[in-house]
Amino acid sequence: MIVVEVIAQALLGGGALLALVRLALGPSLLDRVVATDTLLVIISASLAVHAGLRRDPTVVPVLVVVSLLAFVGTVSIARYVGGMLLQSTTGDGTDVGLPPAAETRAERAARR
Amino acid sequence: MSGPVDVVAVTCLLAGAFLCLTAGVGLVRFPDVLSRMHAGTKPQVLGVLLVMVGGAIRLHGWSATWMLLLVAAFQLLTAPVSAHMISRVAYRRRHVRRDLLLVDELRGSEGRDSVYQGDEPADAPPEHPAQTLLDSRRDDWEERKAQPS
Repeated sequence: MIVVEVIAQALLGGGALLALVRLALGPSLLDRVVATDTLLVIISASLAVHAGLRRDPTVVPVLVVVSLLAFVGTVSIARYVGGMLLQSTTGDGTDVGLPPAAETRAERAARR
Repeated sequence: MSGPVDVVAVTCLLAGAFLCLTAGVGLVRFPDVLSRMHAGTKPQVLGVLLVMVGGAIRLHGWSATWMLLLVAAFQLLTAPVSAHMISRVAYRRRHVRRDLLLVDELRGSEGRDSVYQGDEPADAPPEHPAQTLLDSRRDDWEERKAQPS
């Protein structure tokens, strides 16, 4: 059982580390939101693995709180970024008149 | 480990943990927001379901089982909502690699949606102030022309 726990937590820790890499690199705010969401899911999965393998039901209410918080955070940041939209007049579903997006800034920096 | 029940539970837990690792790899390697979200939502639904099933098998007592079931149901309800909101904003903010899309059904649309559409307050500023001013002056002019005093 110890071996199983070590293997499972190693897999979960690798996933969490890669999500942290994307959280640090992520060119735009939405990439970071997606990475944060995944990170919270991995944390709750890790807590559930701990609870299941140790037969320890103490951390189970924490799972409910973590999943609630993940949803609320994601939706609020998505609404915040959506509030930055002014008006779309390009005719292809995107919008104009905004500060340059992170990708365009990175592209410009790479061209220089 | 005792019996086949524990083997099933441990298999579920390990599969969920493996899905979390694949989500991390996909997050790092995929090119844009939509495909990263595609990779990130794999553990969000299937991984969490597998881990919850494994935990519910291993844990004794109904209270823990119901709470794990609540978490799983909540994930199933909220994952589509958050994914929809993020992908909509990502498309409008041009965080989508359009050259990688096979089908882009939003490209030809009018794109008329704006912040003020739908639930604007009664005293919201007009979306096109100059056009609104011109329209109101033309209405006044036509009204005066129709009723000469």
